[in-house]
Amino acid sequence: MSNTSSGASVKTAVDGKPPKKKKVKYSSGHSSMTKRSLRKWCWLFIGPVFASFIIGFIWPFLQGIYLSFCGKFNIISNAHLQGFENYVKAFSDETFFHSFWFTALFAVVSVVLINLLAFSIAYALTQGVKGSNLFRTVFFMPNLIGGIVLGYLWSMIFDGLLDLWTSQNLVDNEVYGFWGLIILLLWQQVGYMMIIYIAGLQAVPDDMIEAAKIDGATKSQTLFRVIIPNVMPSITICTFLTLTNSFKLYDQNLALTGGKPSRLTEMLALNISNGYSNMATRGMAQAKAVIFFIFVAALGIAQLAATRKKEVQQ
Amino acid sequence: MGKQQTIKQEKTRKTIMSIVLGFICIIYMLPILTIIVNTFKDANAVKSNLFALPNGDTFVGFENYVTGMTAGSFPFWKAVLFNVIITVLSAFLILLFCSMAAWYVARVNSLFCKIFYYLCVFSMVVPFQMVQFTLSKTADSLGMNTPWTIPVIYLGFGAGLAIFMFVGFTKSIPIEIEEAASIDGCGPVKTYFMVVLPMLKPTLISVGILEIMWVWNDYLLPSLVLDLAKYRNIPMHIQLTTTGSYGSMNLGAMMAMIFLSIVPIIIFYLTCQKYIIKGVAAGAVKG
Repeated sequence: MSNTSSGASVKTAVDGKPPKKKKVKYSSGHSSMTKRSLRKWCWLFIGPVFASFIIGFIWPFLQGIYLSFCGKFNIISNAHLQGFENYVKAFSDETFFHSFWFTALFAVVSVVLINLLAFSIAYALTQGVKGSNLFRTVFFMPNLIGGIVLGYLWSMIFDGLLDLWTSQNLVDNEVYGFWGLIILLLWQQVGYMMIIYIAGLQAVPDDMIEAAKIDGATKSQTLFRVIIPNVMPSITICTFLTLTNSFKLYDQNLALTGGKPSRLTEMLALNISNGYSNMATRGMAQAKAVIFFIFVAALGIAQLAATRKKEVQQ
Repeated sequence: MGKQQTIKQEKTRKTIMSIVLGFICIIYMLPILTIIVNTFKDANAVKSNLFALPNGDTFVGFENYVTGMTAGSFPFWKAVLFNVIITVLSAFLILLFCSMAAWYVARVNSLFCKIFYYLCVFSMVVPFQMVQFTLSKTADSLGMNTPWTIPVIYLGFGAGLAIFMFVGFTKSIPIEIEEAASIDGCGPVKTYFMVVLPMLKPTLISVGILEIMWVWNDYLLPSLVLDLAKYRNIPMHIQLTTTGSYGSMNLGAMMAMIFLSIVPIIIFYLTCQKYIIKGVAAGAVKG
């Protein structure tokens, strides 16, 4: 313990701004007093999270970037720098491209459908319909079931349904797999997005809707000109969440189709993940992961920027 | 007269909407109902027609539940136990340490704090595949492949969202209350536990629920970190028994297992529904 506290004191010394600035803060009263005494406890307050954050995130993340430039490796210590070879291999991998387009198409369809359905249900439930609370409870419930369980649950249901009129299973046909995943994700996520939309819809001021009504606006005019612009923050959040969720989808994909038939329903995360199991493709998988990360981050930022512009200031 | 008519129209419109929504609700619940019905059928009946109700020949009572719970070299109930241990420990660690760190970050606000905060936000965008291989190796080399140590990794990996939400809320707490406590002679640790923590209660519940939902259902992290032969959680167990390489199970028992893994979630949901829905809404607004 003495070790950590001495480390912390070094940190405070480094963190502490030149004395000049400190003096200014002295005069600002008690806040600086609590701040100064708080700094002595840095190791206790930040220490545990910071240590596990380094173990659980920072260190693996940096290693991941390093390994993406390495040749064949089994453990991290026997990796050797090799340059951009893994990236070249990743970009010439056909399964990677297929999974990219599959995921992109999946993301577009699921984002549109989930948001449309979630918004419509949220809108219906905020109209003062009887039994709204019960409906809300039911719609949200599937969201709590984890991806793996959900995948197996639906693979049984789909196989049972397909049995009724074809001899094919879900894993025999790419198209079935695609729509199976869409239905599964709709079932899971509509309820979650609905909750966010309900919160957004309830925050629209009543007098604004009242004013629109008095001015003679029809129901659809009120919806498109008053309500939707006002719930734009919710739309931003929901499209952001559905978009990143769809791109990062893994558990559901693994459990429902496992990429079958012949890696045709493999989404990006599963494609990368499968690459790690083989030593020959491990470096390439790590390079794919870096590309994937940059892509998801850029997509998220671009999407946030695009919809944030449309939000109205209240 | 005209006004009365519109009120009447409005009423019938609402009734129709109620009926339509009720109908959608029933369809929504059908997958779970199908699973429940099939837990009482024998394996052949499950395979031949999933949607038939059990009859005298195919009804097996609770046999599937017993098989589902106990079959195999690694019984299902053990996976449930480990799932509970991992979830409770992780949620506890995340709530305690992340709220402490968030308070420190919000109040001290030094350069180090700012860097730490932005790293946390950054970690939320990074897909898990990025650290998949390296994290499992790091955890292995540190001997963290047990249910008692994996919560530490969850603390590191879940810190992003938790710190983000806690910092947002802590900033809205008036600093004067803490100053009053410090004038009265409270040290920072005492101030935190006696003054700040009680005020954080609503956020603690929201973050707790989000983290519990995540850890309880998580598959990839435990499957990479835990020692398969000794420890499994529920998603890992389901994945391993269905892929067949670890000995497949009969379909009836499979149905019972899937249903049993949903039951705790449904109970949890129905008992703290109010908080869950609030937590989701709060998490989204911050996100």
